[in-house]
Amino acid sequence: MSRVLDLLGRETALAWGRGGGAMVSGGFYLGMAVLLPLAIGPEPGRLSAIAPGAAWTALALSTLLGLDRLFERDFEDGALDLLALSALPLELTCAIKCLGQWLATGLPLAVLSPLAVIALGGPIALSPLVLACALIGGLAYSFLGGIGAALSLGARRGGLLTAVIVLPLFVPPVIFGGGALDALAGHLPWRAGLALLGAYTAAAIALGPLAMAAACRNALS
Amino acid sequence: MIPAPAFLSNPERFMAFSRWAAPLFGLLAAGLGLAGLWLGFSAPEDYQQGDTIRVMFIHVPAAWLSLFAYMCLGGASFLSLIFRHALADAAARAAAPLGAAFTALALITGSLWGRPMWGTWWVWDARLTSVLVLFLFYLAYLALRSAMDDDAKSARAGAILALVGLVNLPIVHWSVTWWNSLHQGSSVFAKGGPAMPAVYLTPLLLMGLAYIAAFGSLWLVRIRGEVWRRRAEAAQARLAGA
Repeated sequence: MSRVLDLLGRETALAWGRGGGAMVSGGFYLGMAVLLPLAIGPEPGRLSAIAPGAAWTALALSTLLGLDRLFERDFEDGALDLLALSALPLELTCAIKCLGQWLATGLPLAVLSPLAVIALGGPIALSPLVLACALIGGLAYSFLGGIGAALSLGARRGGLLTAVIVLPLFVPPVIFGGGALDALAGHLPWRAGLALLGAYTAAAIALGPLAMAAACRNALS
Repeated sequence: MIPAPAFLSNPERFMAFSRWAAPLFGLLAAGLGLAGLWLGFSAPEDYQQGDTIRVMFIHVPAAWLSLFAYMCLGGASFLSLIFRHALADAAARAAAPLGAAFTALALITGSLWGRPMWGTWWVWDARLTSVLVLFLFYLAYLALRSAMDDDAKSARAGAILALVGLVNLPIVHWSVTWWNSLHQGSSVFAKGGPAMPAVYLTPLLLMGLAYIAAFGSLWLVRIRGEVWRRRAEAAQARLAGA
């Protein structure tokens, strides 16, 4: 257990420090929230209609930022070889890496997300659900992103490749989270969206590490 | 294991089989396609859609094949991942661009058909959206394969991605349907008649068979090309070593 916690601490610290970590994704997220009204126009009516969806999409894109270095750094300096040799199964190690990534970037982004929705003119009553969706969805993004990051190990232009691999996988969580937010904003039942988002996240946490570990073993072989 | 892949898993036997099977399938595709097109274009105009009904004979089989090719890609990837068989990987690698091409064809012809019928090139309908995401899956697979130089590593990474996509595709399709029913229902997809009359069904099925034969032929040709490429690389490596 202490091994798991040590590794989690290491991964979180690395994700936090890696190329600015939370600062960079948070800055990117806010930057997108600023660019949207500039592109669409400042009329409150128009903006508030798209605020939840726009903030949700921006969140999905912002989580892509730190992903490219999730495995690459350890792969380059040989730490991944050591991690693969450790007593922990590689699947668990991969899951912990994703969890650390989520703690360092997903969590701060989730805290920022109600702010972005309100700044875009969305209703304040939406904030708790935005936070919940961002917390749960962020986990799914981090675990799906880990698959992309592990698969593009050893490839040319791995960072860009990660984004291309991961974006189609983001479709269901984007739909479920956006659906829940949309439904609440339209005074419709929203629980189904949140429940489906949770189910998808659970599946990503359960199955993602298998794919990640297989991809890491392949890159190390 | 399934008998056909077991028989064909031997590269020598595969090359001997595909040498005549590929042109045979090609001929079959041409014959069936000609018959299907002939019947399709001589069929009477639809009472609602007029002449544009004929787009269906090109469009619908392409949509079938876009999924069928992904099944082939997934199946070959599975075999390649489990048995580490080079030929299975060649089959997966060869199926991907074909699947992408059929998906693109389905999207393009669908768009051309949608313009006169629904008055728009594109609607964010559930089916259209999930085919578009399928196209993105193909692109991701192709991007991953082309970004890796090492054949063995690229094979396994590609196979893992193809299987991840195989698990995800039903979820994507279902989620997009859910998303679509959450928004206002689309009226353009109201079902027309109860069943298709035989004048349309026969050419459609013929075209479907023609597309499958064409896919089979092109797939075999591409696998052969992949085998030859690997043989050439192996020969080059031998020469460089000698």
